[in-house]
Amino acid sequence: MARNSILGVFAKSPIKPLEKHIRMVAKCCNQLIPFFTAVSEKDWTTAGKIRKKLSKLERDADTLKRQLRLELPGGLFMPVDRADLLELLSQQDKIANKAKDIAGRIYGRKLEIPESLQESFALFVARNIEATEKAADAINELDDLLETGFRGREVDLVEKMIDQLDAIEDDTDEMQVVLRRDLMAIEDTLNPVDVMFLYQIIEWVGDLADLAERVGARLEILLARK
Amino acid sequence: MDIILSNGSMLVMMAAAVGFFMAWGIGANDVANAMGTSVGSKALTIKQAIIIAMVFEFAGAYLAGGEVTSTIRKGIIDANFFVDTPELLVFGMISALFAAATWLLIASMLGWPVSTTHSIVGAIIGFAAFGVSSDAVVWGKVLGIVGSWIITPLISGVIAFLIFNSAQKLIFDTEKPLQQAKRYVPIYMFLAGFVLSLVTIKKGLKHIGLDSIDLGFTVLEMKGPGGYYLAVFVAIIVAIIGKIFITKINFDEKADKNTHYANVEKVFAILMIVTACCMAFAHGSNDVANAIGPLAAVVSIVDNGGEIAAKSAIAWWILPLGGFGIVAGLALFGHKVIATIGHGITHLTPSRGFAAELAAACTVVIASGAGLPISTTQTLVGAVLGVGMARGIAAINLSVVRNIVISWVITLPVGAGLSIVFFTIMKAVFS
Repeated sequence: MARNSILGVFAKSPIKPLEKHIRMVAKCCNQLIPFFTAVSEKDWTTAGKIRKKLSKLERDADTLKRQLRLELPGGLFMPVDRADLLELLSQQDKIANKAKDIAGRIYGRKLEIPESLQESFALFVARNIEATEKAADAINELDDLLETGFRGREVDLVEKMIDQLDAIEDDTDEMQVVLRRDLMAIEDTLNPVDVMFLYQIIEWVGDLADLAERVGARLEILLARK
Repeated sequence: MDIILSNGSMLVMMAAAVGFFMAWGIGANDVANAMGTSVGSKALTIKQAIIIAMVFEFAGAYLAGGEVTSTIRKGIIDANFFVDTPELLVFGMISALFAAATWLLIASMLGWPVSTTHSIVGAIIGFAAFGVSSDAVVWGKVLGIVGSWIITPLISGVIAFLIFNSAQKLIFDTEKPLQQAKRYVPIYMFLAGFVLSLVTIKKGLKHIGLDSIDLGFTVLEMKGPGGYYLAVFVAIIVAIIGKIFITKINFDEKADKNTHYANVEKVFAILMIVTACCMAFAHGSNDVANAIGPLAAVVSIVDNGGEIAAKSAIAWWILPLGGFGIVAGLALFGHKVIATIGHGITHLTPSRGFAAELAAACTVVIASGAGLPISTTQTLVGAVLGVGMARGIAAINLSVVRNIVISWVITLPVGAGLSIVFFTIMKAVFS
């Protein structure tokens, strides 16, 4: 009898799970802060525990991603483009993957961060994670955007958030340049292979903000098309 | 002719029993369409929904159901064709009722979304065109009815689109949505009250023999401008009552920007109660005819001793019988149906639900006033799509929409086929 009614017409909203996904991704990235603290203190047991937690969050985000994809059959009529939505989702997911790679690489090699770099490195990580959180905030506004039919005031608000996201990303780029220069200054005193991987880690951490910025860009496309 | 004189009361009882059963089925099944969105969006509890549905379905059936009942009774079929054989018309109408009731029963058990309107219209065309002669059907009128099935969802979609867009402009996309909502929501209530009372006054009340209201100092003629005054008056009362309830809501004053839409929704929840009443009223006014239209035809022939009177009023007890049938169905099964739905959807907030319901209710009531038997479900689907077009709904399942459309394409021939079978059986039994 339930199907004999108008109500089957309403499909499950894809917006809520999308928000849930980015929140989980942001939480996953957040684990990098205590992780790097533990790494700086050379406390590898704690670092290992945090890495495990981080991987679990990444896996959860993956499951959510797959579920969301399955719940978006072709016959859905949505205020946003289906392809845009899925693209946004995979961009979100890449952030979590990157965070997992960073933790995995450092823990796997027991890669130590030179003491002189530790302070600026921690700031660099924190700033990148700020970018991912800003992206999550922007996605969170999707619900209200739907309320106003994607125009006017709410769109301005989201545009502003995306601008802030861009600014943070610029900031991390500069920090990255400084960090690389400092690393170059002391690289003769370090194990050459470690130095290579340190450069890679710096790059990957910087990728977090890049990816977050791309989430913002996808969101903009989502809003602009309609 | 003799058959009618000797078996008249039995035929009427048969028709009344099946008609009541149909009305009962409409109440039990279609209540989901009228009240589902309100319960789904948590504007009403199940108990409240049932009570509102009972009151307004009955009111709609009794006050505004006359015009559509007339169409079903004598609009589709050319009565002149049956002047010499009125018993065929009686058999046919009873067969049509049986056919539609059977088909609805089967479809409900299988969970198919079928329309009562399409079943009964298909069944009446079926027995008349194939059981008697294709000249017995007023094809022009049928074409108009079928055309209305395509046009009404479109119209209600456009209205829903406009209503929701206006709500976005006036309320959501503003600096202070809450204040704007408090200001404009009573206007929507006025609109709802005005359309419903106007159609009822202009088209419905004459079927219950009410032509004017004497207010002591002045007499309001329903047909003249008095009807408009009365409609405006009723609408203002509706808006004022709504306004009082809105001022009584407890708002979470500390709510910041992030949750202010929750407060706005509370205002719309009140509006949604009004539109739910409208929807129940509209549903009653249109769908009651599906159950009692054929019954009215049978009664009028039997009462006139076999004469097919072109200009007789609907017997006084028929509209209330349909109304009671719907209420009985609601009382017995409505609870279960609504409960299923209440869990089924959570994605429809009152701010969208009201737009869909208001648009559908207006369209259906206007169709009722014009005597067009249309499908309430499809009008509502059209309205929901309209809100979706305005980017108001997160996701609409188009395959379900397609199923609903397909189901009515199938319902017509099936209703017709079943009615031909029953018609043949009845002819064989009685002669």
